[in-house]
Amino acid sequence: MLMSVDNISKSYHAFPNPPAKVLHDVSIDIAAGEAIGLVGESGSGKSTIAKCMLALIKPEVGAISYDGIDVIHARGEDLRRFRREVQMVFQDPYGSLNPRMTVEELIGEGLLIHKLEATAAARRARVAEMMEMVGLNPNDMDRYTRSFSGGQRQRIAIARALVIRPRILVCDEPVAALDVSVQAQVINLLQDMQKKLNLAIVFVAHDLAVVRHLCERIVVLHKGRVVEQGTREEIFGNPQQEYTQSLLAAVPVPDPVVGRARRAARHLEPAN
Amino acid sequence: MRTVHPMPDQSTLTPVRPPLVTVDKLTVDMPLGRSGASVRIVDGVDFTIGVGERVALVGESGSGKSLTARALMRLDRLAKLSGRVDFDGTDLLKLSDRDMGKLRGSSIAMVFQDPMSFLDPLMTIGDQVAETLRIRGVGKVEARKRALAVLDELGVDRAAERLDSYPHEFSGGMRQRVVLAMALVGEPRLLIADEPTTALDVRVQDQVLDLLDDVSARRGLAVLFITHDLGVVAGFAERVMVMYSGRIVEGGEVASVFANPSHPYTQGLIKAVPRIDQDLATLYAIPGAPPPPLARPSGCPFHPRCDQRFDRCDRELPALLPIGRTRVACHLHDGKGA
Repeated sequence: MLMSVDNISKSYHAFPNPPAKVLHDVSIDIAAGEAIGLVGESGSGKSTIAKCMLALIKPEVGAISYDGIDVIHARGEDLRRFRREVQMVFQDPYGSLNPRMTVEELIGEGLLIHKLEATAAARRARVAEMMEMVGLNPNDMDRYTRSFSGGQRQRIAIARALVIRPRILVCDEPVAALDVSVQAQVINLLQDMQKKLNLAIVFVAHDLAVVRHLCERIVVLHKGRVVEQGTREEIFGNPQQEYTQSLLAAVPVPDPVVGRARRAARHLEPAN
Repeated sequence: MRTVHPMPDQSTLTPVRPPLVTVDKLTVDMPLGRSGASVRIVDGVDFTIGVGERVALVGESGSGKSLTARALMRLDRLAKLSGRVDFDGTDLLKLSDRDMGKLRGSSIAMVFQDPMSFLDPLMTIGDQVAETLRIRGVGKVEARKRALAVLDELGVDRAAERLDSYPHEFSGGMRQRVVLAMALVGEPRLLIADEPTTALDVRVQDQVLDLLDDVSARRGLAVLFITHDLGVVAGFAERVMVMYSGRIVEGGEVASVFANPSHPYTQGLIKAVPRIDQDLATLYAIPGAPPPPLARPSGCPFHPRCDQRFDRCDRELPALLPIGRTRVACHLHDGKGA
């Protein structure tokens, strides 16, 4: 396993309220090159798990190991390597990119921080190569993000994460802020990158339909617990838990006949 | 248990319902800074909404769908509106600000995407729902009674106790119910819902759609539903209009448009919805992004992204013409050939 999340629990403290336990004994393994989906609703703990995987926050109980590194207690060179090899893409491409930095500065920032290229020219070349790879025009390198659409911004965010060649990319709802018409651009790009770079992807989403195409393995979360995990075929073909079934049933289908029938069928079941 | 209301009879083309709203050649111009120049965001939009009818307005960010809807309520003070918006015999664009103000909330109401930024965090739920009535001179006790009745109708549990709660004590789905209650308490005839479910989880989205479905059927309430997701439209609306770059490019009954989408843009929007019931080899995305209003391409504004374009597309702007049971603005269907 490239990364093992082992029985972690986490509470948030908001004095004077009692601590709210948001994760209960969660375990997830991630193999190299694998795309895994973490699916759940608001409050399911999916973003908290993602933050723990990125060592942005620490669980109180349990352990997280990444390629021989104890993530929770890592310091110094171990932590630097971890930060280089595990990268992230956030939900909102309008909020996560500094509007006062050019595309080159945004994408090249990781190279600078990790001292991966010695000269500005070499960094520029890497940025250009990366832009090409994610479907952006390298001639736009000196522009600011305000003139880019949501989908293009998310490409910049992905390029920024991938330019330092990480082994795991954690994406927290990377298409939730995008129009449906361009969501697939980003999902297809992630899939392409996964194959080309042998990248492991952790894809956090609330919508099962969005992860269906990309993720080979899916973890369904509810109220801080893993309620079901399995392969794509298991989760979509034969969901075991009622909760998973209800998530599947709620996804709208772009067909008036099927859509109506699905809703009617659900309403024949007893109201919960 | 809720009932799903059957689709209306699709056997006839003529609308069964008398029109409530008739929009005729509506244009919206927004000023550019203080220069006096302006940019046309909505360019000659025509449509009708029948009494109690559910119509969806679909398009990407920047298509002009929200500004069209906001123009019906005249919400943008700086926008220059022209054309006609006939609401039950009155041209809304000719009303005085004062008379328009009276219509808002009582005849036409609106709900927005993000209920948290719409609700006042320092005001109780009960006071916020009752506010529409209080402004119109309804007494305190009566207004509270009616607020309670609407919250009850919308399935807010223990509504009587929760009248005195604050928005932060509610979940996202419950807040959207409160916002809906605020819109419905004045008993409007038209509800404009601008991406009301986009910020919600799928299961909560589904509940809110059910709720809208029920309320609309029970009250005979017309709904103009604005969204970028054609998947949401399919199970809810009776008619759909697709907007691109400030114009309607296709419109018609939901069943016809989904069964036989004519415009390549509509086809793309349908294909782009991630399917839970199908395995696809590759996911479809419409390439590129919508053009900014200041840099619209020549001819058909969709042509740079269109996979079926031919030589006339970058020269001539296609008109919105009736094709079978729908209206389409595309050179593929105007009968003139390539």
